[in-house]
Order: sequence, then C-alpha cells, then structure tokens
Amino acid sequence: MIAVSICLITIGILMKQPESVLHKAVRICMECIGLG
Amino acid sequence: MDRKKIRFGIQAAATLIQNANFKGFFTGRIYEGASKSVCVPGLNCYSCPGAIGSCPIGSLQSFLSGVRFKFPYYVLGLLIFFGAVLGRAVCGFLCPFGFLQDLIYKIPFFKRNSFKIDRYLRYLKYIVLLLLVIILPLTFDLIPFFCKYVCPEGTIAGIILASVDSNVRNVLGPLFSWKLILLLIFIVTGLIVRRPFCKYVCPLGAIYGFFNKIAIYRMTFKADKCINCNACSKACQMCVDPTKDPNSMECIRCGECIDKCPTGALHMGFTEGKIRTVPKKVKK
Repeated sequence: MIAVSICLITIGILMKQPESVLHKAVRICMECIGLG
Repeated sequence: MDRKKIRFGIQAAATLIQNANFKGFFTGRIYEGASKSVCVPGLNCYSCPGAIGSCPIGSLQSFLSGVRFKFPYYVLGLLIFFGAVLGRAVCGFLCPFGFLQDLIYKIPFFKRNSFKIDRYLRYLKYIVLLLLVIILPLTFDLIPFFCKYVCPEGTIAGIILASVDSNVRNVLGPLFSWKLILLLIFIVTGLIVRRPFCKYVCPLGAIYGFFNKIAIYRMTFKADKCINCNACSKACQMCVDPTKDPNSMECIRCGECIDKCPTGALHMGFTEGKIRTVPKKVKK
C-alpha cells in the first residue's frame, strides 16, 4: 500500500498536481467559509 | 507518562503545527507559502487564516469538481499513505477538529454514547463521502459540496475571518447561517456524545477507516490473556469491542481500552508480531 501511495504521489508530482493544490489553497475559498 | 497526556500533547502540537500562521488570525490574511501544496493528514480547512497546509478533502473535491477533470493522483496518494501508515490514528492524534471535539466532550454535561440509532447513523459518513465528496462534485463543476454545505471546519475559518475582516462580515448570508447552525449542532451534540462528527459525518474518517485493518499502526489482542471482564468495550467511547475487532473501522486509536485492560491483553503500536484474535482451543 505504501509503495502504491508513493507511486501515486510521484505521478501526481510529475503531473504538477501539487501546484493545482497550492493554486486552490492560497485564496480564500468562499464556499468553504460559507459565503459561496 | 500517562497515555492520555501524551495523546493530548500530540493533538495540541498537531493542531498548532497545522495552524502555525499565527499572525493570520489577527490580520485575516491566509498563508500563501509553498507548504500549502501539501495536504495535511487531518481535517483542517485551507481557508483558515492559520493553516499552513491544505485540507485533503477540500483538495480532493477541487480536482473532482474542476472544469477539466483531473484524476487526483497526488491527493489520493497522500490519503493512501497516511491511511496505510496510521489508519484512523490520524483521527485520534492528528486531526484538529477531532481535538476540538475531544475538548468539548471534556465539559461536564449529561453524557450518553450508546443509543439505538447509533449503528445506523454510522453509515451516514460513507454516504457523505460517496455523495458529497465524490459523486456530486464530479457531476457539477466547481462546487465542493461537502465544503460548501457541511464542513464545520470551514465555518470556524469563516467565523475567524469575519471577526477580523469587515469585507467578509458584510457578505455573510443564508449559507453561512446554515453552516453556523450545523456547527452549533455538532458542538451541542459533542457535549453529550463523544466525537459525533467523526462517528457519523466525517468523510476523511470514513476513508481512513478502510485502512484500519491493514495500517502499520495497529492494535493486537492477546486472547489468552483476556479474562472477559469487558472493561475495554465499556471504556470505548467509539462503541467498539476490541476483543471482537481490535482493528475496527470505527476505532480512532485513543487507547482508552488499553488503559482499562487489567491483564494487558491489548497492545497498540507499529511493531507487532503475529496477531491472534481468536482464543486458543484447549486440547482435551
């Protein structure tokens, strides 16, 4: 399981998915705080 | 040192570390550093001014509800990693909202942890996971249904932001009122029942629950030491019987059963040998 997870994380990093997470997380999410 | 005190210390430290952008609580500005590209193991809204990491459930929904669908390799990988190593120990030790519920439960009040519909309500979190976190965000673009309509962590972030930022305060509406009512329900219920959100609603707990039986951090039950006193199952606030299922999907690894066991039949840790959950048959 750990090996599978590391593979998935690696694929995600190669696909630059952490940047998508960062892009979403550095702005206030209006839906999350109940303003959407 | 007492197990309860150690767990309390870890919970407090994990909550502080995951919300280490302390000045954000006063300025209302959320953290924009690179660490936000990493998902934290517990439920901690990334819109909270203190958050220095991302919420895994929020991130998962943002991938699933995007205009262009992207398979969430990265977020799923992190969730599987946390699950495979710790299982629901994440809920018991690292989740800030779990810690808040533990603190609420410490307030002296009428307590009741077992009631008739409890076992049926437990299935609600799997429905929440399937419907609000996966199916609806996949169906409707750009709507993180769980975050928008349910997540009480986001409401706390909203309260903090509204208290320091007049622009946020001015746009509070019916959705915020709905989420505030839900948060109050979880708080009031949390005075009576231990961790109602974790037991019945949390999709993250539902995910980690699947890993409890295979996680490296696990509980073992030595049947030959058990004297069937049931002290462990009576002590369990999550209503698990560790003698029947020491790695139940509901167990958050708080260890209260271990503290109550008079014979040391239960053990929890990373390094365990052969697991025996069935009593030895005595040859006549």
